[in-house]
Amino acid sequence: MKRGQRGDEQEGGGSSSSEPRKRLRPQNLEEQEREENALDWGRLPQEILLQVFQYLPLLDRAFASQVCRGWNQAFHMPELWRCFEFELTQPASSYLKATHPDLIKQIIKRHSNHLQYVSFKVDSSTESAEAACDILSQLVNCSLKTLGLISTARPSFMELPKSHFISALTVVFVNSKSLSSLKIDDTPVDDPSLKVLVANNSDTLKLLKMSSCPHVSPAGILCVADQCHGLRELALNYHLLSDELLLALSSERHVHLEHLRIDVVSENPGQLFHTIKKSSWDALVRHSPKFNLVMYFFLYEDEFGPFFQYEVPVTHLYFGRSVSKEVLGRVGLTCPRLVELVVCANGLRPLDEELIRIAERCQQLSAIGLGECEVSCSAFVEFVKMCGRRLSQLSIMEEVLVPDHKYGLDEIHWEVSKHLGRVWFPDMMPTW
Amino acid sequence: MAPNSIHWFRKGLRLHDNPALQEAVRGASTVRCVYFLDPWFAGSSNLGVNRWRFLLQCLDDLDANLRKLNSRLFVIRGQPANVFPRLFKEWDISRLTFEYDTEPFGKERDAAIKKLAMEAGVEVIVKTSHTLYDLDKIIEMNGGQPPLTYKRFQTLISRMDPPEMPVETLSHVVMGKCVTPISEDHGDKYGVPSLEELGFDTEGLPTAVWPGGETEALTRIERHLERKAWVANFERPRMNANSLLASPTGLSPYLRFGCLSCRLFYFRLTDLYRKVKKNSSPPLSLYGQLLWREFFYTAATTNPRFDKMEGNPICVRIPWDRNPEALAKWAEAKTGFPWIDAIMTQLRQEGWIHHLARHAVACFLTRGDLWISWEEGMKVFEELLLDADWSVNAGSWMWLSCSSFFQQFFHCYCPVGFGRRTDPNGDFIRRYLPVLRGFPAKYIYDPWNAPESVQAAAKCVIGVHYPKPMVNHAEASRLNIERMKQIYQQLSRYRGLGLLASVPSTHNGNGNGTIMAYSPGEQQTGTNAATTPPVSGSSVASGNRTGSILLNFDSEEHQGPSGLQQQQLGYQNMPDSSQVINGSRLYQSSIPHDFTVPQLPGCLLHTGGSVTGKRERELDPDSEEEETLSTSHKLQRQIAEKS
Repeated sequence: MKRGQRGDEQEGGGSSSSEPRKRLRPQNLEEQEREENALDWGRLPQEILLQVFQYLPLLDRAFASQVCRGWNQAFHMPELWRCFEFELTQPASSYLKATHPDLIKQIIKRHSNHLQYVSFKVDSSTESAEAACDILSQLVNCSLKTLGLISTARPSFMELPKSHFISALTVVFVNSKSLSSLKIDDTPVDDPSLKVLVANNSDTLKLLKMSSCPHVSPAGILCVADQCHGLRELALNYHLLSDELLLALSSERHVHLEHLRIDVVSENPGQLFHTIKKSSWDALVRHSPKFNLVMYFFLYEDEFGPFFQYEVPVTHLYFGRSVSKEVLGRVGLTCPRLVELVVCANGLRPLDEELIRIAERCQQLSAIGLGECEVSCSAFVEFVKMCGRRLSQLSIMEEVLVPDHKYGLDEIHWEVSKHLGRVWFPDMMPTW
Repeated sequence: MAPNSIHWFRKGLRLHDNPALQEAVRGASTVRCVYFLDPWFAGSSNLGVNRWRFLLQCLDDLDANLRKLNSRLFVIRGQPANVFPRLFKEWDISRLTFEYDTEPFGKERDAAIKKLAMEAGVEVIVKTSHTLYDLDKIIEMNGGQPPLTYKRFQTLISRMDPPEMPVETLSHVVMGKCVTPISEDHGDKYGVPSLEELGFDTEGLPTAVWPGGETEALTRIERHLERKAWVANFERPRMNANSLLASPTGLSPYLRFGCLSCRLFYFRLTDLYRKVKKNSSPPLSLYGQLLWREFFYTAATTNPRFDKMEGNPICVRIPWDRNPEALAKWAEAKTGFPWIDAIMTQLRQEGWIHHLARHAVACFLTRGDLWISWEEGMKVFEELLLDADWSVNAGSWMWLSCSSFFQQFFHCYCPVGFGRRTDPNGDFIRRYLPVLRGFPAKYIYDPWNAPESVQAAAKCVIGVHYPKPMVNHAEASRLNIERMKQIYQQLSRYRGLGLLASVPSTHNGNGNGTIMAYSPGEQQTGTNAATTPPVSGSSVASGNRTGSILLNFDSEEHQGPSGLQQQQLGYQNMPDSSQVINGSRLYQSSIPHDFTVPQLPGCLLHTGGSVTGKRERELDPDSEEEETLSTSHKLQRQIAEKS
């Protein structure tokens, strides 16, 4: 790095013995001059420096900024400060180090108006969530395009006084005016603050992720859907899902929806869930024929009553707890658009017919994962044969497969590999 | 003059198949077998009474067996490095033998002792017998890096020569003219101490479920093989309520302390298989238990930070929660989930739990429910679990917490359902948690759901006599699966909606040393390739390279090779600058728009020559040689021809 700096040759420390030798030859002066220029890293044009800097992590950029004035200026170019991820952690609650407070101060002072893509990662301590809110409320002169509030452990935003959180969040809503993506899962955001969001950012909002926000009501989210016609991705809990919401998302003024993520979580056993009309789903599919519906279920077995009673446009299904054989049977009948199916657990009866039916009816299925379930080896081979090479992801625990008269565990990998067109093995767990 | 030898016992607490011990007596005039009560237990306060007891029983048994050969065991209090020089002089030693220790800490210790011995003119003979294979050879075959998937490991093993046969048991014949000088006060000076002498309160200590020692180990292996022969089925036994209990045929603690030679076990299994299956050659799966152990030893042998998350190149950095109260509830069997608490009680009382029970409690502590670091769980196991070996313990915890080894993470063991599935009646719970004895099977796994009348009838009110569940499992698993997905998406740079595709491919993945290394080309080959979501982050606060850097330049700690490695491999959050600079790629339609921070192709990730992307790895020509995979060759050809 120092090679270009004049007067450094003597202290070069033997590393560049060829350079001084050249210097002794006067006829080479011109050539040397050219070489000097070419090597003068300090004179790199800012655009080139920018290109280089953007490939460097912040630490290296900081080191580089100490080299010369030009590099120091480059360090502060707005382009390099458009995105920033604040990591807010406490030593008592996290193993990871936090963004240094002085750096935070410097960013707020010198670069807050450059910030466009901002995320906050907070650990489980209330102090960290508090710190995130403090920073948020200082972002008055910037126009964010994306904002993410991410809880890396137990959600700590929920522990803040709601008013405190809301006032910090609305600072961003009011000042940004062109927010396009907002990820605020597990926060105490509420209906009035969503109204502020809509009032200031309705033309730009494209993504809203707000799973497990208990203070939002179905009316609150409906207001967002009604007015943010550019909304393409939405994540929320099932209790916020309504026929009205689906119809609003299907209205003519609304762009095509691309991705809807629904978490179905039961708080108490035996909880009753409302139903969504088939006509509402149909309307949404008509409006956005290609949209993905991702549903994660965390229910007790007896709570599935309202689900999979008629055709649902679900594409990705995850069953986080035990799901009955009967419900999986219904999945085969009602989910023609299914792309991925993951079943963490099922009872002790083999899922043979259910899988075969899914292979038959779910023509798009390309990924399947089975945890604590049982499937006979022959049924499994049959399933794979029916799906064939479209199964790009096939993750089955070894224990799931029950050897039968046709296949043992040693043959099955061969059979399945043959049908998949690639080498396949069941997932193994250590016997320890 | 015939040499005077010392054989140094550490693991390998046995007289059968002990090649280093054999070397000690070969042509020697005297031999002394020593055991240091210290090095293995550096920080001995971590070890629970069951582990100490097991060790002392092993030593007692060793001493008893040596007596039969007119020899004795010399238990020496102190540090080997301090004591050896004195012993060399006092006993006029010219030969030192010990079993090769594969673990980084042990290798370091042994290197120091070797140097010390050499300086004292003592010949050092080291023999491998704790593992089946020469682990360095496995690593060499894998291009200098330990294999990171079990499949890859099996492939490598299948190409190696079978393990060496066990050597002869130490006997009068083997001893020949070699004797052990024993002084009158041997017992006082070198006797095996009792638990009381070590400061343990043994009052009310129930008898050991797992008695230590070589003699016990040899009895067990006979029983183990008898049962296998009787069942005549060499597949993994299916789990049932009975398998949860300590079995008199269980071998894992004996293998760990080396009371049982893994090679003896290996060849006895082979013989039995051949006998029962009429000479057909045994599949690798026959040796599953031994090979898993070998896999983790291999993964750990060159990685001194194998038991840590930070600075461990094969460990995914996960922002675990620090929560001492929750950790204590787990460790002390007070989670309020009977299935978890019963297992933890069994572990504390007996020192052993079934491997699926280990999966259940490990998943609960880490990625399943509590989101607490696997390192904490590992430490608790180290205290309580008889067969917890540094490599195997850390490796298994990384595995179970999906912190390494390309594990699918979708599957969380339910702390209610998993137990119910295994032992529907709940007898296991009643055995270890007598307070819940009165609950009917219907509620025994989730007693908090039992109506008050049922709780009253069971004489156990939840929240009074037994704790309420410490987490809402549904809520916790929702949060945790989402976090794992984000972390893995960052690693694999996968941007799709699928959960399964978030995990980097494991096909023949030799991983070449690090789980995080993917070629820059990969982004183009993936299904959702070349797409970057609009949100980027800056990398300031990731890992080591954190905090004060900008202001203090505290780069010292990042200078070493491990630091460098980490900065290359860590899943650092890099802003995708192309898009930052252009600023305009705000929203890409058809791309799920996520907040996992994109990585710039090629910018940070290690791109060493042999690291290949997912696709290439599937076509790894290496795997053509796989003997275990007769199919793979043809299949890969087929694929190669198509593409």
